[in-house]
Amino acid sequence: MTDLTRLTAHEMADRLRAGDVSSRELTEAHLDVAERQNHGLNAWLSIDRERALAEADAADERLRSARDARTSASSELHPMLGIPVALKDLVSVAGGQCTAGSRILDGYRAPYDAHITEQLRRVGAVILGKTNMDEFAMGSSTEHSGFGPTANPWALDRVPGGSSGGSAAAVAAFHAPISIGTDTGGSIRQPAALTGIVGMKPTYGRVSRYGIVAFASSLDQIGPFARDVRDAAALLHAVAGRDERDSTSSPEPVPEGLLALAASDDEAATSLRGKRLGLPREYFVAGMEPGVEARVREGVAALEGAGAIVEEVSLPHTEYGLATYYIVAPAEASANLARYDGIRYGRRLGEGRDVLGDYLATRGMGFGPEVKRRVMLGTYALSAGYYDAYYLKAQKVRTLIKGDFDALWADGFDALVAPTSPTVAFRFGARLEDPVSMYLSDACTLPVNMAGLPGISIPTGLSDGLPVGLQLIGAPWSEARLLELARGYEAITATAEWRTIEPTDLAALDEPGTPTPAERLASMAAVDR
Amino acid sequence: MATLSRADVEHVAHLARLGLTEEELARLEGQLNHILDQYAILATVPTDHIAPTAQTIELENILREDTTRPSLPVEAVLANAADTDGSFIVVPPILGSE
Repeated sequence: MTDLTRLTAHEMADRLRAGDVSSRELTEAHLDVAERQNHGLNAWLSIDRERALAEADAADERLRSARDARTSASSELHPMLGIPVALKDLVSVAGGQCTAGSRILDGYRAPYDAHITEQLRRVGAVILGKTNMDEFAMGSSTEHSGFGPTANPWALDRVPGGSSGGSAAAVAAFHAPISIGTDTGGSIRQPAALTGIVGMKPTYGRVSRYGIVAFASSLDQIGPFARDVRDAAALLHAVAGRDERDSTSSPEPVPEGLLALAASDDEAATSLRGKRLGLPREYFVAGMEPGVEARVREGVAALEGAGAIVEEVSLPHTEYGLATYYIVAPAEASANLARYDGIRYGRRLGEGRDVLGDYLATRGMGFGPEVKRRVMLGTYALSAGYYDAYYLKAQKVRTLIKGDFDALWADGFDALVAPTSPTVAFRFGARLEDPVSMYLSDACTLPVNMAGLPGISIPTGLSDGLPVGLQLIGAPWSEARLLELARGYEAITATAEWRTIEPTDLAALDEPGTPTPAERLASMAAVDR
Repeated sequence: MATLSRADVEHVAHLARLGLTEEELARLEGQLNHILDQYAILATVPTDHIAPTAQTIELENILREDTTRPSLPVEAVLANAADTDGSFIVVPPILGSE
């Protein structure tokens, strides 16, 4: 019998429509493996079997009545109907936990559904549970979670990237075919690269953030993870679109092309012909691993082989991206996180004698070290006497960074092609002691957030047995074209040997006595000292 | 660019309403200064005639009808508060608590 967890979402959708499998069977298969393996992976912060099965039964009912109607009713069903999905634990699901990876939200229950939760319910997707993440999405390794790190299914002693590491690991380990993440400086694309899957950050404003725990409001955007491009596109289609409760969500129509990507590899490959792609030289940064650069350059050569025109280009302000980002994002975070005061929601620590004392205790003990660091940085950058030197300066440099990209779109480039992460997945603890080395993980992704652009990371082979991601960056609102190009790349590499290799450590997750990621991190930190 | 002294770190922690231990303050002093060193590169970029970018998509103000709509029930809103009394949230004393 086929292992149902190995199917892509569109394969599941085909079988659901044909009546070969039920959503309940799909859901149970994924819940079983997720519950069994979470001890060693820690990708999930909560799994709600009862709710998921109820949603699956409702999806099966919709499928059944569409089949009974015998008309074209089933063609009107969304491809996400009955498909299991994982949500990063900062997406509100009414009545469910929503920790954002922080102990300060331990015990909090979301009073309402996020917009994207409503959208997923509307199309009939099945929410399996909530995934681990760096606290308030601040981090590039998921080691900053208040609930222990997540392991990478390719090597259990390494990080899955972050901040959406749980959503990425869950999809890479076949615990779910698709999942939702958020990307503020690379938090979807970088973990997608490090776990060998597809991850897309859409244009700023493409997806409503109503009901999502905010980190940096001028940068945050929601997006999909999947094991292939068509699934990522279909999930984006389900959640995208204008919502009046998020005033930054755009009235730009959701392209129906997201559901029309070529199924045949031959057809998909033709979409690359004649496309003009820029290769930004600044993205081959110092400290990039030779194996990563080799895979990326091979990917570029493959694109050229398929008829794309690749030209080296310059994004001259790239080197200022990191400093700009690490002023703007913490500044916005320090304002957004002021709401965690222990009064209206979240844990309250302290003695209850005076409000200031309770604030200090609640926030001092409730937040983890990286969140405190960023709140400190942001508060400083916005404080009297430093605002012009830091925050205003960073916003001006942001204009220059965005201008670099705008010039290339004006020049007629269809997209840019670049590495996603300068390195493969690193070992637990390797970057924890030096925040600046952790921040460098996002050097190739955060300029895209600064400019509000869509970007996608797609697998492009292995280096020393660990996945490497290829990043495609597009002009605002060009998701459909970007996904078409990504689908083209997937098609021309469809028969590559590395595509047949599954994450190396999946079997180890089933071994009794497998250590938890927290235990691995503790033992490796001990070795380092 | 500026360097943060221990007193500066304590001041910023107070502004941010973070109660930090001696050990945390000491560690943050080093780490924040290391991060601020990375910011120094921005001072080299000429930006005199550059407008700041606060957000990237060109959306005009979006307005909606100013009509009353149902909101969440009081119980649902209060369910997450640490301390409540009837339909109120109980807050520790703000004045005269010293």
